[in-house]
Amino acid sequence: MIKKLSKFIGQYKVPTILTPILISLEVVMEVIIPLVMAELIDKGVYAGEMNLIYKLGLELVILAMFSLFFGATNGFTAAKASAGFAKNLRQALYYKVQDFSFSNIDKFSTASLITRLTTDVSNVQQAFQMLIRITVRAPLMFAFSLIAALKINAKLALIFVCVIPVLGFAIYKIISKTHPIMKATFKKYDKLNNVVEENVSSMRVVKSFVLEDEEIEKFKGVSGVIYNNFIRAEKNMTFMPVIMDTAIYTCVVLVSWLGAKIIVDSNMTLLTTGELMTLITYSIQILTSLLMVSMVALMLTNAKASGDRIVEVLDEEIDIVNKENAITEVKDGSVEFDNVSFSYVKDMEKLCLKNINIKINPGEVVGVIGGTGTGKSTLVNLIPRLYDVTDGTLKVGGIDVREYDIKALRDQVACVLQKNVLFSGSISENIRWGNESATDEEVERVCKLAQADEFIKAFPDGYNTHIEQGGTNVSGGQKQRLCIARALLKKPKILILDDSTSAVDTRTDALIRKAFREEIPDTTKIIIAQRINSVEDADKIIVIDGGVINGFGTHEELLKTNAIYKEVYDSQVKGSDEA
Amino acid sequence: MSTERPRQMKGFGGGRGGAAMMSPKQKIEKGTFKRLCSYITKKYKARFIAVIICIIISSITSVLGIMSLRTVIDEYITPLVGTANPDYSNFATFMMAVAGIFITGTIATFIYSRFMAMISQGVLRDIRDEMFEKMQKLPIKYFDTHTHGEIMSHYTNDIDTLRQMISQSLPNLISSVITIVSTMVAMFSMNIALTIFVIAFSIFTVFIVKTIASKSSKFFVSQQESLATVNGYVEEMLNGQKVIKVFTHEDKTKEEFDVLNNKLNSDMYNANRFANSLMPIAGNLGNLQYVSVAIVGSMWALASTNPIELLGTLVSFLQLSKSFSRPVSQVMNQFNSIIMALAGAGRIFKLIDTTPEVDEGNVTLVNAEKNDKGELVEVEKHTGMWAWKRPLEDGKFEYIELKGYITLTDVDFGYNEEKQVLHDVSLYAKPGQKIAFVGATGAGKTTITNLINRFYDIIDGKVEYDGIDIKQIKKDDLRHSLGMVLQDTNLFTGTIKENIRYGKSDATDEEVYNAAKLANADGFIKMLPQGYDTMLTENGAQLSQGQRQLISIARAAIANPPVMILDEATSSIDTRTEKLVQDGMDKLMDGRTVLVIAHRLSTVRNSKAILVLENGRIIERGEHDFLIDQKGTYYKLYTGAFELE
Repeated sequence: MIKKLSKFIGQYKVPTILTPILISLEVVMEVIIPLVMAELIDKGVYAGEMNLIYKLGLELVILAMFSLFFGATNGFTAAKASAGFAKNLRQALYYKVQDFSFSNIDKFSTASLITRLTTDVSNVQQAFQMLIRITVRAPLMFAFSLIAALKINAKLALIFVCVIPVLGFAIYKIISKTHPIMKATFKKYDKLNNVVEENVSSMRVVKSFVLEDEEIEKFKGVSGVIYNNFIRAEKNMTFMPVIMDTAIYTCVVLVSWLGAKIIVDSNMTLLTTGELMTLITYSIQILTSLLMVSMVALMLTNAKASGDRIVEVLDEEIDIVNKENAITEVKDGSVEFDNVSFSYVKDMEKLCLKNINIKINPGEVVGVIGGTGTGKSTLVNLIPRLYDVTDGTLKVGGIDVREYDIKALRDQVACVLQKNVLFSGSISENIRWGNESATDEEVERVCKLAQADEFIKAFPDGYNTHIEQGGTNVSGGQKQRLCIARALLKKPKILILDDSTSAVDTRTDALIRKAFREEIPDTTKIIIAQRINSVEDADKIIVIDGGVINGFGTHEELLKTNAIYKEVYDSQVKGSDEA
Repeated sequence: MSTERPRQMKGFGGGRGGAAMMSPKQKIEKGTFKRLCSYITKKYKARFIAVIICIIISSITSVLGIMSLRTVIDEYITPLVGTANPDYSNFATFMMAVAGIFITGTIATFIYSRFMAMISQGVLRDIRDEMFEKMQKLPIKYFDTHTHGEIMSHYTNDIDTLRQMISQSLPNLISSVITIVSTMVAMFSMNIALTIFVIAFSIFTVFIVKTIASKSSKFFVSQQESLATVNGYVEEMLNGQKVIKVFTHEDKTKEEFDVLNNKLNSDMYNANRFANSLMPIAGNLGNLQYVSVAIVGSMWALASTNPIELLGTLVSFLQLSKSFSRPVSQVMNQFNSIIMALAGAGRIFKLIDTTPEVDEGNVTLVNAEKNDKGELVEVEKHTGMWAWKRPLEDGKFEYIELKGYITLTDVDFGYNEEKQVLHDVSLYAKPGQKIAFVGATGAGKTTITNLINRFYDIIDGKVEYDGIDIKQIKKDDLRHSLGMVLQDTNLFTGTIKENIRYGKSDATDEEVYNAAKLANADGFIKMLPQGYDTMLTENGAQLSQGQRQLISIARAAIANPPVMILDEATSSIDTRTEKLVQDGMDKLMDGRTVLVIAHRLSTVRNSKAILVLENGRIIERGEHDFLIDQKGTYYKLYTGAFELE
């Protein structure tokens, strides 16, 4: 994972490498300062050498200034590197997702992709910054201080060498005991939030059933579990400062005691007062950086999950790609399904469409009828190659769709999806998704075709009316008509409407179909609908049931021969005549 | 949302620290801090006092520890150096004493961190529970005027920052302040001039750090904005990803994304540049201070007659000055997170302080039966008959049988003062009658039903239930007597059985099955592998829209209320399921007073009365055939000439 992600350092190699170097230099300064300090005390103060104090004092100030300089600059380079790294990573992910096919998107789900591009990237960015800073600083501080201590007096430094493994083991124990509890607690936190979320969004249900008190009990139950878990975790964690203090104090007492003895016994030849002070400084530096190392390790493991999720997206194999020397011209709007079978999981045992054989001529209007989950949308999604057929061939304009350049194909096969989306921006911007360079007249023309012009002009700002994200400020029927207009602007050879007029009233629905017939007669129109009157005047109607073609013919033919079609017809049309 | 949202383990090692916390100035209500403290003192006073005492002990022992260095050097090392047979016995006793001080300090640390953990978790739980409890009692209006995200963020972000503050920042702050004070006292006792020098240097450091922080806070605002823009863009585009594919807009959106992403990159760099260097600068200024103290101190020592005697003082003063600068920069850090947390606490308190639903009703709903004389009497057991129990002035009670007779007389209503939504609405529904509301979105259909169960209170007019003004009826009992099937099904996490039982908490399994059968839900539930024990999550995402509706009908049916309010679902479900839903609804309506908001006109034909609403007024009313003959709005809607939604 790290190897894959490190690729995204890209043009930010210099600050990425510079940061640990600067940090190392800062650490070196910080380790040298106590050494010089010892000299100052011993040779300066103890020996009463004023000149030496000036000299060493100047040295110390210079060292501290350098340390300050390295410290400040590594903050700059680290910011440059990590912000850049995040930028590259985000861009790579976004580009990758843009190349995803429908089945790639389905596999991850939109919500999870969003998390990966937002939260996960932030987590990894933070981890990256930590990696090039603290992960370098803490172990170096630990190692350098220990080496310096050993150099001053190896015997005394043995105290550290003895204390370190004990402390390290204790920290490890505490963390490994607490970490799982914390993890479980945060899961419970999600559950608690889930209770809140459900209550907030279902407040009317809660209140109508007068279950406020029950919900409060439910909440308090989860809240109590969280409390208990936290207490358990914190009880473990309170040993951390205790263990740290114990370790530091043990070192201080032992160093003072044994150090004093060595000083006196050797008459300041093996150890000096200044050096004793330096050793105490080091003992704190060594032990706290040990704690730091373990904390960093913990945080990095937490970021690992995010990193893995990101790599998963980057590694995803895209299943629909352009062929080399792909055809860029779609001859006409004919569609031919030749023994097509399809499975979302590419498994011939789990087919959603079985042996479909249909031929649609250019300019025809074809209706598609069938229950939910019978394969209507699946069928039409194959035409612009949003999914690839699992078996058989699908031809558009007489040529297998896999031979076409994807962009060229989709420009000619406009699909108005069932779950459609408008984007934040003005109405005319939204319509121009179909064709960026369209003139105002062209935009108005397609809106007239889609019976949207009238209501758009009724808005105070007309075509400049701002659409909120997701199109929440227009009604369902208006939204559907805008989506149709947007598709029409492409001037496609094939137009597919996937249940796109369900919220439009029957009269407008009829007007749209009339406009299609009169204004764009050469375009093949494939219309999926729930309402029978949306398809009854089509040239041909496909009845799908359980992934197979159950009937294919005109309204009159199907009414006579097809049981399902008749049932749907009866329930919708005849129903209103009884009363 | 997805469940794989990773959480930062804030319990360990603290938050991001540094200038990340230096957010723009947050407005904090006066008294927020005091109120927060009252949560601590209310229940945990003794422990909190113990915490303070232990923090003091722990800080003082650490100062004493450092000062012991002076004794070690001046009293033992320096005099003993050069002696032939050094006598260590006194020294040993002294070191034992030092060890004893350290042990005391460690124990104090242990006690205060443990108590503090208990206090902070306890306070958090208290606040959390109180907040939820209060939220449950808030009027629907609150939920209309606050987005879900807004309310949720009290439970997530605000509680999170509060946890950070109470469990980490607050104890840190207390211990830092005490350490600063005790260190300062110790330093003054050694050398006044040097101490003043240290303090002056610390003020200088604070000044520098503050300058940088305020510089970075500006960049942090733009970083937050850029991040929100990029994340918002990603969210919107990924939600429309399939549309992007269909329109082959990939390259266009890549370009747009790049522009935003590059802006974020530069904002992020600018913000973090300062944030990152803040701590190293503060730390290294501490180093510089340490070094300066050493130089000045050495000169001071040398200036005296016997510098060697001052060696111990100098060494321990140096260490003290080091442990002085650390808490100073810590206080600066904690201060910001405390400000943030207080702002969050303020928002939480605001929710807690919001006026709850008022309930001045004194008419209650009781089980009843008729005695020999045919009078209504109150009984404990469930009889299937209910009565309204109204207190009379003489202290006695009057019993009125619950029949489900609803009248609205000249009702005016508006969600806010500027805009009236309903005008002069009058209607009645006799027991057992079915009344349908028809009209375009925003005509006021749902509003009327929301007035009957008192989600909102009317401005003018009168709503009566079995002849009683509903304002006199206790809200809980009023709602108990009304069954609701709402347009948004809203199922809860739990099994199907639990969800149906939501309508009647003490229902037996048998009752659950019967309700499901009535609602035509039994069939599909039995087909599920786990049957009635199937777990539903995320609003029943694994079920189809139609199946969710069937469950919500069963949920209403199990309560067996005399009055039903039904809001039909609008989303398109296939014909067969729609028929099942319709049948279920019909069975549910049988024998009850029903108010139905119709989105499909085929379902209202058999209503006793159909009310057509337009802009908050009833413009047509009557039976189906009558309205068809009128050839008015209903006729147009019915023939499909008008858009219903």
